[in-house]
Amino acid sequence: MSDPRHNSSELPSKPPIWNDPKYRAMFFQILLVSALAYFFYTIVQNTLDNMTARGVSTGFGFMSEPAGFDILQTLIPFDSTYSFGRSFLVGVLNTLLVTGLGIIFATLLGFIIGVARLSNNWLISKIATVYIETFRNIPLLIQIIFWYSLIVGSLPAVRNSFSLFDSFFLNQRGINIPSPIYESGFIYTGIAIIIGIIGSFVLKWWARKRQEATGQQFPVFLSILCLIILLPLLVFFITGSPITWDVPKLGRFNLQGGATVIPELVGLLIALTIYTAAFIAEIVRSGIKAVSHGQSEAALSVGLTPGQNLRLVVIPQALRVIIPPLTSQYLNLFKNSSLAAAIGYPDLVAVFMGTTLNQTGQAVEIVAVTMAVYLLVSLLISMFMNWYNARMSLVER
Amino acid sequence: MYVTDKILPELAAPSNSKGIVHWFRVNLFNGPFNTIFTLLAAYVLYKVLPPAIEWAFIDATWFAETSSECKLENGDRKDGACWAFITNRFDQTMYGFYPEAERWRPNLAGIMLVLLTIPLFFEKMPKKQWLGGFILLVFPFIAYFLIRGGSFGLSIVDTGKWGGLMLTLIISLVGILFALFFGTILALGRRSNMPIVKSLSVVFIEFWRGVPLITVLFMSSVMLPLFLPEGTTFDKLARAMIGIILFQSAYVAEVVRGGLQAIPKGQYEAAAAMGLSYWKSMFLIILPQAMKLVIPGLVNTFIALFKDTTLVLIIGLFDLLAIIENVLGADNAWLGFHTEGLVFAAFVFWLFCFSMSRYSMALERKLDTGHRN
Repeated sequence: MSDPRHNSSELPSKPPIWNDPKYRAMFFQILLVSALAYFFYTIVQNTLDNMTARGVSTGFGFMSEPAGFDILQTLIPFDSTYSFGRSFLVGVLNTLLVTGLGIIFATLLGFIIGVARLSNNWLISKIATVYIETFRNIPLLIQIIFWYSLIVGSLPAVRNSFSLFDSFFLNQRGINIPSPIYESGFIYTGIAIIIGIIGSFVLKWWARKRQEATGQQFPVFLSILCLIILLPLLVFFITGSPITWDVPKLGRFNLQGGATVIPELVGLLIALTIYTAAFIAEIVRSGIKAVSHGQSEAALSVGLTPGQNLRLVVIPQALRVIIPPLTSQYLNLFKNSSLAAAIGYPDLVAVFMGTTLNQTGQAVEIVAVTMAVYLLVSLLISMFMNWYNARMSLVER
Repeated sequence: MYVTDKILPELAAPSNSKGIVHWFRVNLFNGPFNTIFTLLAAYVLYKVLPPAIEWAFIDATWFAETSSECKLENGDRKDGACWAFITNRFDQTMYGFYPEAERWRPNLAGIMLVLLTIPLFFEKMPKKQWLGGFILLVFPFIAYFLIRGGSFGLSIVDTGKWGGLMLTLIISLVGILFALFFGTILALGRRSNMPIVKSLSVVFIEFWRGVPLITVLFMSSVMLPLFLPEGTTFDKLARAMIGIILFQSAYVAEVVRGGLQAIPKGQYEAAAAMGLSYWKSMFLIILPQAMKLVIPGLVNTFIALFKDTTLVLIIGLFDLLAIIENVLGADNAWLGFHTEGLVFAAFVFWLFCFSMSRYSMALERKLDTGHRN
């Protein structure tokens, strides 16, 4: 049985080393790495040379030097005597503020528009379609400048502010609202809120256990509503309403007291909300449409009420489709908030890459730090998204 | 007993289930909630639409030599829009500071591009790939020599003078062209078996996708000069372009990767079994199929890039928005017509983006073969 083809001596010899894919890959990668290393070495060398030639100092020493400028809106105490490091923090907080508020408003508006587009009411669904097709096809920067200039241009001067109940004022310099002053007794209300939240979790857990054991349902939603809202309210009034309001008062030239929402924030927020909501609406629509009609029919035929069908069958399945693209829209909103620089809202880019960079000239450090902040948040969010996808993905057969 | 051997004629539908009344019933007034919604929406439309139309069309001043024609005698502005703000200097919104005598050059380049692209939309056009290759590889050089000049007896027009819609189009077209090239390479790198190539591609892609474009533009305008040896100067437009290309390549790479992943494994294996090398199997088998799949995604990326070009305003280039904001809007003779300028810019961008998105949707429907993988 000696088939010549099975004779090992006639097997082709090993390919020469330059034709072996393994060595080729290795060679190519070494080449790539050394080219990159040379590239970065040149860049670093050039940068250092350029910096010494221009007399710019390097390192992060500037972060502790006094900033010497004021910022329009600060969530933490800040004036020109604070350091550049502090101004960085102010910028980050302002970015997070507008992002957080933007996410809340854009989600609300986006869900409403998305559902409206699926409505069987012809007029409503057409209006939603026009909204989506208009606002997502106009660059965000134009929208931001438009809303901002509309606010600044069409609102009255401080003296002629629009006022509501003599405590809310709307004028060119923004919206003035009463700000709360917490008194010492307020701590009990705070404790009540925390107890309410913990209690809700316990209640939910207990209700599920009971339903699994006995099949009886418990009105969880209503009881949680009571726990979270009524309990703190009750405590609040029992302790004698320990909160007073610092109401803005119209002086001769200016409004005194209260808190001011600057027009830059309002304009940016309106534009971000309207723009992002158009994208979220499309996501919501596709998510709801992805749940096949058979699911609802099946749920109703096993006796679930329409409300239960929506809550237990349709929404959980729609969310699985909605949440990943929704997260990336949130991420886009976060990155888009950097356009604040165009209208002078003091976000991270405006404060740090704008003013601080102009004052110190340390471009490399400042650009690197700013990018690192955005990168960090982006990576955190995409890590969450991967985790969520892995948890929620359908496991089929 | 009634018997008939004839087929009776069809009865007309009941009067309440046809016609306009029926349509209104079903689509607008089916139930109390919908009735309330319809009335509310109709009221809002009534409040918003007529004034908007009046402002934009009926009361508008379309052409005027001076801004006084848009104003009342007491100096207040008239109720309607003042489109004369745009029409009066329309050329500038299109070309920026490009010298008037030379404007035939960008026009010629634009017309060439349109004429070259039209045949690509016809299904039956033979030798499409040659035409496509010509547009991607040869035409950009022709356009560059035409618009910038400097040879063939054309005078040099410095990039600092480019502006308006022309600059917006140049930035986005050049951006997508280079991004397509680098993005495809990055996508292949991310799918490569070589660990170092793969991880470098991943890092590159995730880095640029994780930062906002405005920081990238800042970086390229502030840091690029530092990276280069002393004395090398770089055009402002070129610096912005580098930033945009780096940024956009990462997004294109992810779109192309989606296409590569959608190609069944059998195609890769078949290519390898035929004895094709890596590059041959990619260029002859995989990429032609993958690119066809991702065209709608690429159009969407291009729309995003097109909208993002407005950001060059922040680093001091004069694209369409910047011309309107910072040149026309800063003209003392025409102060106070900011809104008109923004509405015009919004309309131009909307027109481009909307038609592209419609095209991409139509393409998606056409390419959707109905089966997944």
